[in-house]
Amino acid sequence: MTETAELVELPSALPPGPAFLQGDEACAEGAIAAGCGYYAGYPITPASEIMEHLCRRFAALEGRHFMQMEDEIASIASCIGASWAGTLAMTATSGPGFSLMLENLGYAIITETPLVIVDVQRAGPSTGQATRVGQGDVMQARFGASGDYEIIALAPWSVQEMYSETIRAFSLAERFRVPVIVLADEAVGHLRESLTIEPTVHVYRRSQAAGRAPFGDAEVPPMPAFGQGEKLLVTGSTHDAWGYRRTSSAAAQATLVQRLVGKIRAHEGEIARAVAYHCDDAPLDTLFIAYGFTARSALRAVAEARQAGRRVGLLRPVTIWPFAAEAVARYTAAARRVIVAELNQGQLLREVQRIAPAASGYHRTDGEIMQPAELRELLEGGAQ
Amino acid sequence: MKAGSNASIRRFLRPAALPTPFCPGCGHGILLGTLLRAIDESPWPLEEYLFVSGIGCAGWIPSPHIAADTLHVTHGRPLAFATGVKVVNPGLHVVVIGGDGDLASIGGNHLIHAARRNLPMLAICANNETYGMTGGQVTPTTPRGARTATTLQGNPDRPFDLVRLVEAAGAGYVARFSVWHTRPLIRAIRRGLSFPGFAFIEVLSPCPTQAGRRNQLGTPAEMLRALSRRCVSIARARQMAPEELAGKVLVGEFVGGEDAGGRPDGSAERDS
Repeated sequence: MTETAELVELPSALPPGPAFLQGDEACAEGAIAAGCGYYAGYPITPASEIMEHLCRRFAALEGRHFMQMEDEIASIASCIGASWAGTLAMTATSGPGFSLMLENLGYAIITETPLVIVDVQRAGPSTGQATRVGQGDVMQARFGASGDYEIIALAPWSVQEMYSETIRAFSLAERFRVPVIVLADEAVGHLRESLTIEPTVHVYRRSQAAGRAPFGDAEVPPMPAFGQGEKLLVTGSTHDAWGYRRTSSAAAQATLVQRLVGKIRAHEGEIARAVAYHCDDAPLDTLFIAYGFTARSALRAVAEARQAGRRVGLLRPVTIWPFAAEAVARYTAAARRVIVAELNQGQLLREVQRIAPAASGYHRTDGEIMQPAELRELLEGGAQ
Repeated sequence: MKAGSNASIRRFLRPAALPTPFCPGCGHGILLGTLLRAIDESPWPLEEYLFVSGIGCAGWIPSPHIAADTLHVTHGRPLAFATGVKVVNPGLHVVVIGGDGDLASIGGNHLIHAARRNLPMLAICANNETYGMTGGQVTPTTPRGARTATTLQGNPDRPFDLVRLVEAAGAGYVARFSVWHTRPLIRAIRRGLSFPGFAFIEVLSPCPTQAGRRNQLGTPAEMLRALSRRCVSIARARQMAPEELAGKVLVGEFVGGEDAGGRPDGSAERDS
């Protein structure tokens, strides 16, 4: 058995070729394709379709387990247990449920437990508007849990990406032994459109090699399962390479946090994905930065403005965390004006401004999607 | 080597984890001993067990002492973590250990739902009637009138009867003993380990450091003797008048055991 995560090829669960699905359903299918063996969740709009779809589909598949738990705290807790039992686990929720999961998100981080958490964002704070769209959990996803850590969060913009980014989420989780967040939104989750199912899926699988320190030495140590005879010591307290609690050792605390943070930072280039549209003829008059469903409206506005002869483009971070700083630096440097369009009052904007201080934000927080027309208007009013 | 003997159960401990961090006179070490004796007498090797515990003194009973897979989780959540493991690997014998703060307060919701869900696992509540690790604050099982760090004039609230709570939530095996009752406790743990559904045992365990000092309960030995006087078996309680039972705690097997009156696993009654 290898001592590092291994890339494997799996046949797709759905028939290869074109399919027509809802975003939430595509997310569930992505989980099935990636080999998810355990799903636990608690009903919440607009994510419940993921759970209902998996409940139906898992019943007909071998080795897949579905649980509806008493709350979101128990949902993620049981997923972490399932992951240590050796399977791939996922839970899905929306902002208020995600808030409840943050406690055990921190536990998954410190115990290096692979896991996928889907947050289909709705308008908040709190209960907010359950059926309306929002992108207000960008910073909750980044900093919500206690303590110091790095996190991976992916923002799909289409039904296709609800499928493929969920698969990538599982792959990254297994590769780096981390919880990965799929930061979707209500509009993408409830969208119905065509997608293409590839015949095979490529995903990393954790190493379960025995006899190695499960919490140290290697950048991403092997993770044996319970029942394998390894006498595993898993704890959310600061621990050494073998899992012994070291609650007053400065060295153990420093080493652990350094490694938890370092294993993400050292691979930002591999994890951070951003896609540029209409950005080839720099300098641009205006560059939009947008993600999730908002990026669809931005792309439409950019395409229309291009037809009218304007030099405008769109940069779409697919990976929200770690932040695609390199791409943002490259494209913002080649634009006269940068506008970050998002369904919050400027969360990713702050991150962009760390690189391009002159960037401005365009916000909508009324529970509605951003319309292409309003973004098109912004382009008309641009720098001359 | 005789099963359940000191020499035999020593194999189950990680030498690097000893001595235990428990205060002098704490009952949790006795509970650890009874658990290991019951496991030694069970048909399954230690490798087939998983021990899940939460935060607080009781969370440290299995982790890191027991030389098996251990999962030491967030406060109150061990039953929820254990559920995920058990569903994926039903072959593991899952034992959950938590304190009264862990299982009855912050994790109370998970406790009643685990009992309702009835997955085969044994949950042991090491009830010391206080938050020992954080300085002796009041818990949902602190006796009425007891002084704690947060009830300076005495606890004004009624404690939970965990046995009745978990029975009402549907557990098929429910027992209560104290660390004074080591032999019946070992028998109860053995029964809980082999029970085909959710089993719950409350174990009263004295906390001389936090509860004892604040309430002038004397030495650890005196606290243990007082605990033995406070506990009354179910059978003896049937012969006692209500006024004699004031301030007493019933101990025995309440559901699914010998004292429960012919409900061998409790499940038939619940499912009918």
